[in-house]
Amino acid sequence: MADKVLTANRLSDGISVWLDAAGNWNEHLQDAFVARHKEAVDALEATGKQAFADNKVVDVNVVDVEEVDGVLRPLRMRERIRAEGPSIAYAAGYSGLTATAAPAA
Amino acid sequence: MYRYDEFDHAFVSDRVEQFRDQVARRLSGELAEDAFKPLRLMNGVYLQLHAYMLRVAIPYGTLNARQMRKLAYIARKYDRGYGHFTTRQNIQYNWPKLSELPDALADLATVEMHALQTSGNCIRNVTADHFAGAAADEVADPRPYAEILRQWSSVHPEFSFLPRKFKIAVTGAERDRAAIQVHDIGLHLKKNEKGEIGFAVYVGGGQGRTPMIAKKIRDFLPEQDLLSYTTAIMRVYNLHGRRDNKYKARIKILVHETGVEELSRQVEAEFAELRDTELKLPERDVAAISAYFAPPELGPRAEGWANLAQWKKADPEFARWVQNNVQPHKHPDYGMVTISLKPIGGIPGDATDTQMEAVADIAEEYAFDEIRVSHEQNLILPHVALADLEPVYRGLVAAGLATANAGLITDIIACPGLDYCALANARSIPVAQELSTRFGSPERQAEIGELKIKISGCINACGHHHVGHIGLLGVEKKGEELYQITLGGSGDENTSIGEIIGRGFEPEKVTDAVEVIVNTYLGLRLDPSEIFLDAYRRVGPQPFKDALYGDKTAAAA
Repeated sequence: MADKVLTANRLSDGISVWLDAAGNWNEHLQDAFVARHKEAVDALEATGKQAFADNKVVDVNVVDVEEVDGVLRPLRMRERIRAEGPSIAYAAGYSGLTATAAPAA
Repeated sequence: MYRYDEFDHAFVSDRVEQFRDQVARRLSGELAEDAFKPLRLMNGVYLQLHAYMLRVAIPYGTLNARQMRKLAYIARKYDRGYGHFTTRQNIQYNWPKLSELPDALADLATVEMHALQTSGNCIRNVTADHFAGAAADEVADPRPYAEILRQWSSVHPEFSFLPRKFKIAVTGAERDRAAIQVHDIGLHLKKNEKGEIGFAVYVGGGQGRTPMIAKKIRDFLPEQDLLSYTTAIMRVYNLHGRRDNKYKARIKILVHETGVEELSRQVEAEFAELRDTELKLPERDVAAISAYFAPPELGPRAEGWANLAQWKKADPEFARWVQNNVQPHKHPDYGMVTISLKPIGGIPGDATDTQMEAVADIAEEYAFDEIRVSHEQNLILPHVALADLEPVYRGLVAAGLATANAGLITDIIACPGLDYCALANARSIPVAQELSTRFGSPERQAEIGELKIKISGCINACGHHHVGHIGLLGVEKKGEELYQITLGGSGDENTSIGEIIGRGFEPEKVTDAVEVIVNTYLGLRLDPSEIFLDAYRRVGPQPFKDALYGDKTAAAA
């Protein structure tokens, strides 16, 4: 089973967030709580459902990640881009050019 | 341009306040997401990968300086200082907060703008030729008819819950710059032998996962029957369009499955019931709406010819810009200016707040306060005196908006792709940037000539790849991006759907593949006047397949 994290978009501003170990919705994937066995994944899913029902977040998903040298990396490109922002220098002061980087060999 | 009347003002303001209440109830938890989602979509608010997205309607792509300044203000106040002009002649903001969107919509309403019907299964923003009212080859200005359709279709109770979204495009010239044959309804304005205005009517075109070229069902529909005939089409579609399968719900599938003759018969039968009803357009109403679109007073500016010759001689870059980005106007002393939103290596369609304000300033000073958005993701100043081209150019240079590439290989259409879009499977923008950089030298672009590259990050085809001379479709294969190439597409009066050339290319190989295609074209064209599309139509795909894949078996993989 791949490691998993819980992600969503915050209701008030739509910003991508991940559930951290303290149970907060955190803007940084690297702070996410990683579920490594079925019970933990079940707990993530239950937490996600509850947070959606409580109108804190929308578009809640459990996604696959791998940990390489202590850095979390989603397996899907879509989730990498969600975590690191657009892969382009889209506006002054904003860029996220590492989203698509392959893991270190 | 059209100005709101009291009803329009009251209606849009009411909708803003209604939405403000809905957002407040959503944020308080009173409204659940399932109930709220359709409400936000009816106000142009999507949820994308990183944030909400607001899509603002720019009816038939026409706006004035005051409106452009407000778009800049929205970008600065509610977003991250930029906006993205789309292939639907709209603008999208990528980072607004839900909690602030009612204020943003209220600000837009002060300049007669809104986001209604930019989402959902309704009649969307009616699009038109971006050179409307200015083009030398125009029979009549399509915008009055687009405006009539806009008024008729706005919150039309019968057509607010169609099987699927519905897009109408209108062109007023033989040269189709509105891609009408890939719309649900395409209207081509023409005059009959008596000099009367009417429309050739096309139905059932579209791109997406099942690209189809529209079928002509009327050679000449009299002007007065515009709404009754359109209503007839909508009724047939509303009744028989498939609601069981989202992917088969567009009218193009209905036309295909029903057959154009039978569908046409049904439309005509419905039309017979409607043609002499209140839907018949009174001449005075057409005249009243047309008056809003009266061309500006374009006085003689013959001095521009001599000025232009001198300026071009003195500055080769200016000369290049004029050659590529200025088109003949119906008045000989004027030109139509394309402001490229495709800087070399830049993001197609993006403009910063300061760039939008610069365009507004220039439009006000030199272009009769008129701006257009083209479906090719550029901005247009439709009326500029040749005598003013030099100061306009200097202003655009200062704003970083003077790229001389309209219609050339770096004038690339690209959807937001996987960098923003929740539906995308692959990125579009970085591919466009790399292609633009590779082919960016003015000499190389001039050598290649007219060549339209269009890129979509998923099968929904917002980047119009099906009608690109070279089309790129991003797909996801085994978790990675792959780009399928189509050749020979075109979205003009000779519309064609591009053909898949062979197996796809990884992101790091796709630019090389396009260069192979371009070099193959350069090697086989009859002479420099034979553009890529014509050469492709003459020789077919095989020389390109051979060049890309080496042999036929590889291409089939």
